[in-house]
Amino acid sequence: MTDHTILRVVSKLLLPYVLLFALYVQFHGDYGPGGGFQAGVIFAAGFVLYGLIFGLTAVRRVAPARMIELVIATGVLVYAGTGVVAMLLGGNFLDYDVLYPAHPSTGQHYGILVVELGVGMTVAAVMIAVYSTFAGRGRG
Amino acid sequence: MRGLFAAVMLMGIFSFLGASWMLLLDAPDVAFTEASVGAGISTILALATLALTTRKAKVPVRRPALPLLIVVVTGAALVYGTLDMPHFGDPEAPASNYPDPSYVERTEHDIHVPNVVTAVLASYRGYDTLGETVVIFTAGIAVLVLLRGSRKRRPAGGGGEDAG
Repeated sequence: MTDHTILRVVSKLLLPYVLLFALYVQFHGDYGPGGGFQAGVIFAAGFVLYGLIFGLTAVRRVAPARMIELVIATGVLVYAGTGVVAMLLGGNFLDYDVLYPAHPSTGQHYGILVVELGVGMTVAAVMIAVYSTFAGRGRG
Repeated sequence: MRGLFAAVMLMGIFSFLGASWMLLLDAPDVAFTEASVGAGISTILALATLALTTRKAKVPVRRPALPLLIVVVTGAALVYGTLDMPHFGDPEAPASNYPDPSYVERTEHDIHVPNVVTAVLASYRGYDTLGETVVIFTAGIAVLVLLRGSRKRRPAGGGGEDAG
């Protein structure tokens, strides 16, 4: 699809806003609708759009397969790691109160943010990886 | 209908209508997920699959009488099952009672987060969401292993279409 000028220009204009909206959904998920799962999918949708218009090679240049695989695992580790940190600080697994003992509700807030970030990383990376292996098979 | 492209588009439209319906039921978080996953990524992946295979379904060789009977019976059983369900919006329904309503009251004090859905998802039910994340992780790894593994074997097998 490299010769569709309108599609190229419009998607280039849209892409930053797609990614920005994903970040908004990610970090505003505790105030509005959304959260890590939705944000991850929207973030991946940005990469999929980029891949549809500019080709898979361009996506692989931005997000190499090796890095994507690392992010898949890192997301789960961030989530589980938050639980382990809570245990090391003397609480239960995934009990965010101890992250900020002076104000347990603030600790909960931090915990939710970090945990949702882990969910978002894993979901976005899995979606990008699945899309790029699917799209890469035809030319394999 | 043998045009698979049209089938994929209909699936996407169905997901999008489902998302609108969830929004009408005051469940924006679910609607969000349905719109982005069901109507967005699933449609793209189905289209990517079409690009790898064909756009037309094959004409079936056998009469579809027995499968049709099974589908009708299963559908009738499912509809029969819904007759027992409580009415929509029934305050006595288990769905309104069993996740303890005090979650809604306690969230403001315990967690200080206005979105109760996020609070339940990430804090009260943090184990479940950790499990979900691990499921996504596992599914992603499984897809990667399946797709990449068969691509590597193809040159050795002489270009056979042995994708399982």
